[in-house]
Amino acid sequence: MKKIYSVLVENRSGVLSKVAGLFARRCFNIDSLAVGETDDPQVSCMTIVSSGDKKTLEQIEKQLNKKLDVIKIKTFDEPDSIPRELMLVKVKYNKTNRRDIMEICEAMKADIVDMSKSQMMIQICDRPCRTQTLINLLSSISIVEIARTGTLALPKCTD
Amino acid sequence: MTGSDAMVKCLEREGVKAVFGYPGVAIAPFYNSMLSAEGIESVLVRTEQNAGHAASGYSRVTGEVGVCAVTSGPGATNLITGIATAYADSIPMVCITGQVDSQLLGSDVFQEADITGAVESFVKYSYLVKNVKDIPRIFREAFHIANTGRRGPVLIDVPIDIQNAELNNFDYPDEVSLRTYKPTVKGNAAQIKKVVKELKKAKRPLICAGGGVILSGAQRQLCEFASRCQVPVVHTMMGIGVMPSNHGMYYGMVGNNGKVYANVAMNEADLLIMVGARVADRAVNQPDLITENKILVHIDVDPAEIGKNAASTIPLVGDAKNIFNDLLEEDLSMDHSNWIDTLDGYKKRMVAKRNPDPAYVDPAEFVRLLSDNMEEDAIYVADVGQNQIWSCANYVMKKGRFLTTGGMGTMGYSIPAAMGAKKALGKKAQVVAVCGDGSFQMSFMELATMNQHGINAKVIVLKNNYLGMVRQYQHFTYNDNYSVVDLSGSPDLEKIAEAYSIPFVRIENMDGIVDKIKAFLADDKTALMECIIDPMDLV
Repeated sequence: MKKIYSVLVENRSGVLSKVAGLFARRCFNIDSLAVGETDDPQVSCMTIVSSGDKKTLEQIEKQLNKKLDVIKIKTFDEPDSIPRELMLVKVKYNKTNRRDIMEICEAMKADIVDMSKSQMMIQICDRPCRTQTLINLLSSISIVEIARTGTLALPKCTD
Repeated sequence: MTGSDAMVKCLEREGVKAVFGYPGVAIAPFYNSMLSAEGIESVLVRTEQNAGHAASGYSRVTGEVGVCAVTSGPGATNLITGIATAYADSIPMVCITGQVDSQLLGSDVFQEADITGAVESFVKYSYLVKNVKDIPRIFREAFHIANTGRRGPVLIDVPIDIQNAELNNFDYPDEVSLRTYKPTVKGNAAQIKKVVKELKKAKRPLICAGGGVILSGAQRQLCEFASRCQVPVVHTMMGIGVMPSNHGMYYGMVGNNGKVYANVAMNEADLLIMVGARVADRAVNQPDLITENKILVHIDVDPAEIGKNAASTIPLVGDAKNIFNDLLEEDLSMDHSNWIDTLDGYKKRMVAKRNPDPAYVDPAEFVRLLSDNMEEDAIYVADVGQNQIWSCANYVMKKGRFLTTGGMGTMGYSIPAAMGAKKALGKKAQVVAVCGDGSFQMSFMELATMNQHGINAKVIVLKNNYLGMVRQYQHFTYNDNYSVVDLSGSPDLEKIAEAYSIPFVRIENMDGIVDKIKAFLADDKTALMECIIDPMDLV
């Protein structure tokens, strides 16, 4: 089972290490973790994706709540949210596969953001499963390096 | 005033009476300011770990926050075991550590250790002070955090330049405002009603009380509740002392070192109220199976404990004392006499028989006689090892307290913890530490501290020349292939007593034991007793 935790924390030094340390110490998984400041510079938002059984996922929320630097936690599943991941992929290309790459990018709504004579950099911002699809598609071509943000997500809008 | 003056002023404002610690350069400004502290005594322990245990003992008998102060680097790292021990048993403590100059942090200068990082998983919270102006707020918060909700240690790391910095305005906040910390202490009214409803339906209800009941000071309420609903009570190791041993509803300690009838009661109960206990492995063998044949009501001030080891049917978050007070408001007329008769039968039948060798002191009988002959409100501090199990199984609870470290099981706890307890209580109560010869050798340096500060705790060593608990484990698990458990080379305890100028008595068998115990306990002076026990004895 996967869960997304949107955790508002005090924007202080050492908080990331405390939260990451909690996951390590209690053997909780971190599938991905992304941190950034919110509109309030004193508050950061950590988006943590974790997986485990129901009991573990419940413990994660309870243990996070015990941390005195944690202000608020929202827990949700992927279908109830808008999850996004930004990924940059650098690939090697040549005359024969250039068209294929460009077609893949078009189909996946990915952009070519940089290019040299032998390499191009592709950017995608989409649901995490789609970024994975792009990796799968490009893996037959030679991938040089990849950087990805991990999942960011917010629960869907309500009235 | 300087930062260190402010630190001392904060302690005065919190009503601190004793600081257990060990100075060094990085905490020297604080100890300099302590010279002009009003009503606070600095107690110089002989190693930092014991500062933690002493503060723990002090806190446990007063309900106040125990305070210790040590220097940076090795001083701070030595304290970690004391902190971890307190954390595992939820003991409120504020630990002050000196730190190197804040400008040099991270450059690995002399005696620098990242102590806030190192203790992260053993503290409720920690602070690294970076601005002298924050000292009053941080100290106020630290004491509040340590002694509310689920209690525990808080560490404040103060760089030496912050201690020396000038603070123009000392403004100690009256209130703590922490948006991230609002523990639930009042139980949910609907859940409380549900508990009473289930209790009335239950045929075989049982309460299992843990250390949380003692931490919240709910012993009286528990006893009243148990009497009024006629519900039998068992307890965990940390729960020893929740109820006098002669109470009609008392059915002993559970767990792998507990009473057989208490464990049978746990298994057969159809409704179990776990209160202030973690459902941890030593108390409940297979916590995840406990709910198979029963309704589990789990009461704890820490929501994360509920459902961590066992899924509860009725979770109830709150402070035990508040919840018992609310429960006592309900109509509690019910009858469980059949169940009580069954348990009384078990209690009579399921008595573990011992076959002690008369050539030695029988530790089980000794503990029973010792605790029975102690003053009614005396403090009994048990160490860790076989001695702890004998203490737990045979201690006669009257109106006193039983202290031990159940969570971490830290050897060497009893002497410094007894010292802390005696420091707090003075002539008001008798304090007796009971340890093995292994744990004694980890902590007997504190006899010097007791001498120096006029702290008069009694120390009893159950001596078998072995690390008995491990020897016993090797006896059962490795067919008596003993590995590194022989304590040959240990000092003559009579000479140790002489070296520290304290009275000594050696007891070699059970002849005239009661008179010897009475003579040992007769005065309010530190004394050392050695009991020679059978090296091959098993708990």
